[in-house]
Parts: sequence; C-alpha cells; structure tokens
Amino acid sequence: MKAISNLLNKIQKSIFSVGEVVVFAWRSLVLIFQPPYRFTEIMRHMEFVGNQSVGIITLTSIFTGLALSFQIYLGFKLVNATNLVGPIVAMGITRELGPVLTGLIVAARAGGAMAARLGTMRVNEQIDALDVMGVNTKQYLVAPRIVAAAICMPLLTALFDFMAMFGSWILCIKIVGLDQAIFFEKIRQTVEVYHINEGLFKAFIFGIIFSVICTYRGFNTTGGAKGVGEATNKGVVNSMVGIIILDYFLMNLIRIFYLMTGIGS
Amino acid sequence: MMDKIKNNTLAIQLINLKKSFDANKYVLKGINLEIPKGSLTAIIGFSGTGKSVLLKHMLGLYQPTSGQVKILGTDLSTLNDNELTKFRCRYGVLFQSSALFDDMTVLENVCFPLEEHRRELSKEEVVAIAEKKLMMVGLDPEHYSKLPSQISGGMQKRTGLARALALDPEILIYDEPTTGLDPILTEMIDNLILETHKLGGGTTSIMVSHDLSAAFRIADHIVMLDAGNVLLSGTADDFFKSDIELVKRFVNKGIKH
Repeated sequence: MKAISNLLNKIQKSIFSVGEVVVFAWRSLVLIFQPPYRFTEIMRHMEFVGNQSVGIITLTSIFTGLALSFQIYLGFKLVNATNLVGPIVAMGITRELGPVLTGLIVAARAGGAMAARLGTMRVNEQIDALDVMGVNTKQYLVAPRIVAAAICMPLLTALFDFMAMFGSWILCIKIVGLDQAIFFEKIRQTVEVYHINEGLFKAFIFGIIFSVICTYRGFNTTGGAKGVGEATNKGVVNSMVGIIILDYFLMNLIRIFYLMTGIGS
Repeated sequence: MMDKIKNNTLAIQLINLKKSFDANKYVLKGINLEIPKGSLTAIIGFSGTGKSVLLKHMLGLYQPTSGQVKILGTDLSTLNDNELTKFRCRYGVLFQSSALFDDMTVLENVCFPLEEHRRELSKEEVVAIAEKKLMMVGLDPEHYSKLPSQISGGMQKRTGLARALALDPEILIYDEPTTGLDPILTEMIDNLILETHKLGGGTTSIMVSHDLSAAFRIADHIVMLDAGNVLLSGTADDFFKSDIELVKRFVNKGIKH
C-alpha cells in the first residue's frame, strides 16, 4: 500500500510540476505581445541559439548522414536495393533524425547555457535587482529566449537536413560509387514537401519545449553554485527526455492530421 | 491604479505582518512598524531574525501570510503583477552583492533603469544622467567602460548605488551594504550612504545591517528585530538607555566592534 501511495504522490507531483511549467511558459509568452517589446533581446538570443549553433549542427549532421547512409547501404546491399539508400535516408532525416538530433544538440548547447545563465543571475540577486527596478523579468529574460529558440530550431533543422543529405551524397556517390542521377531521382520521387514541413514543425515544438524547461529551471534556481549546477543538469536532461518522448506523440498526431486532411494519401 | 496609490506621511507601514514558509513556523510573527518619510532607518538584529524576509516584503518580492504592507500609502496586496512592477520604480535598492549585470559595463549598468523607464530620453541624455550619478557616488570616469568583474568590491558598491539612484527613487534600500568589506571601505560606504541621504532631498533610506556602530552613527531611527518580532524601535539614545537584556548585549558587542 505504501509503495502505491508513494507512486501516486510522485505522479501527482509530476503533474503539478508540468502544470507549473505550462503556467510559467504561458505567463512569459503573453508578455511578448505587451510593450515594451523586446526585439533587441530576441535578436540577441537568436544570435546565440541560432548563429552560434551553425558550426556544431553542420559538423554533426554531415557525420550523421555519412553513418546512417553507410548502415542503410550495408543492409540494402543484401537485398540488392541500394538505389533506395538516398530516399530512405532523406525520409529518416527530414521526418525524424533532423528535428530530434537538432533538438538534442541545441538543448544541450543553448538550453544548458540558458539554465546556467538564469540560475547564476538568480543566485547573484541579478533577477531580484531587475524585479525591484520595475523590469518584468519574465518578459525581459524568459520570453525572448523561448521565442528565439522557437524561431531558430526550424532553421537549424533545415540546415541539419541539408548537410546530412550532403553527407549521404558523399557516402553514396563518392565513397561506395552509387549512381548520382538515380540517387537524386529516387529522392525526388519519394520525399514530399510535407515530409520536410513535418520535421520543421516538430523542430518548432522542440524549440519551445527545451527553452521553456531550461528557462524554468534556471529562473527558479535556489542554493548557490550547487543549485546552478543542478538547474542546468535538470534542464538539459528533462529537455532531452521530453524531446524524445514528445517526438513519438507528435509523430502520431501528425499521422492523424494527415488521415483527416488526406495529405499523403 | 492611481486610486490605489495614495499619498501619506509614512513611507512604510507594516501592520501585523506575519510570514510562514511552512504551516507551523512563522519567520515574521506579527510585525508592526512605521517608517516616516525622509528618515534614515536602520534595521538590525542577529542572523536569522527575519531581516531579509522583512526587506523582501517591503520590496513586494514576498506576499505576507497575513497582515498588510503599505508603501507610500499603497497596500501592495491590492496591486496586480503589472502594477507592482511599475510601482517598484519608486524604489532604489543596493544589494549585498551589488547585483550588477555582469555582461554590462559600469556605465551600461547605471543607464539600464533609465533606458527601461525613461524612454522619452535620448541616448545622450541617459548617458549624461548616468555619468552624473556615478560622479555623485565618487566613481572616476576611467572605470565607466569596465565590466563589474574588472573593478574592486568598493567600486561595485558605488556602481550599485549609482544604479539605485538612477531613477531618483522615493525609497532607497540598502541590504547589508558593508557585509564582507574591510573597515576602511565599510566607513567609506557608510559615509556615502549618509551623504546620499542628505543629498536625496526627502528620500527615505532604509539600511538592513549587522553593523551596529554604523547604524548608531548614521541612522536617525533604528529597529531591532528578534525572532520575527520588533524588539525595540527608536533612536540610538533609546537603545543605549534600554533595559532589555538582548538589546544591551547587542549594543555592547556592537560598540566593542
């Protein structure tokens, strides 16, 4: 009985925590539409989340494309279907791996930095200083970060998709010697615009998810340097787990949407 | 909002203020306190007596469990979040850690509240006011373009004070301004607080401090807290003449220091 009661308590706490995060995000985001508008702050955070992630996204995406293509090539070679390596990689990258891996990488890089920055500001009383200065801290510190992440994630995912396919092209054409014309023609026949949009939509949601979780953790940091470390750790871990779990549910929701609207039928 | 914000001769009025963070233990146990406008008040007491919690109620950062916090005649509990945010422009706070924004220079730190709340001012006007405030606290122009990490603790305090003064606040709050500073710097900051108060032209100053000698030297009204209650409130003379054992001990220790 005690074990069940503990489990129920944990579930209840988790639900309350999710509720708190949702309220936090909502209260922050509505402030974006109220003056003073924080365009400069949004641009500053877009530079950090977007521009400064270009290098790491480019590097990881090329190698993802190379590795994924090689594994699929080895498998398809057994059934003499190597012409399908390109389209299968393209589908996998644009619909799943692109948004998920971009989400995980950016959550670790930018999300961790968001949690650490806000956590440090909290323990150094800088957030209190903003509060007593009459600055709405959620509007100034939280909302621009969420908006920046939501805008940058689809852009970074598009870059990931493109560079991963470049990696796939290197592997298929330059390393294992498949036919370039067939490679591109098969991709053109298989991959539709809505496949790419599906991945970009997921990336947009993942951007909101990791930025909300990380800013929430940072904003509510307690307990000095140790607290900052814990907030950063929890922010990144929760974001990564959240992205992977949410990806499955989003995939199903999108499928239901396709069935209802007749897209892809 | 305007009908909620009233004029009054009291800067701060706390009425039976109670605060508990868990149901059974009260940190503040019914504080009644009146701080007149234009006074320099020191709030003193041992560690853990509720000074910081009291301060956070005055700033509207904590909601009381029961009781009222009236600042410049306005009951803070009647203000919504936006109103409270705007109301806080009437405060200036010097934090214990200075709480300077570490990605901004000294000058940018002081410009920041002006850029936020005095949007009608041009960039040149904002800089001119900020430089005037920095000069007021005795900081040399050669430090204006430095980051907080590149200046000394005393200079950080001066910058924090200049930032607190930027909007010409009606209430100026000092949260343990000399904790962790050496005796010479402590005296310098104390003198700065006194000078700022005199120059403030009616500004109400409140200093939360452990430093008794400073409180007796510069404050015209002293409040001593003990275990979430006001133990004694009065002038330095009232403290010296007090028969309360805890006050005597505290005063003796403070004077020895």
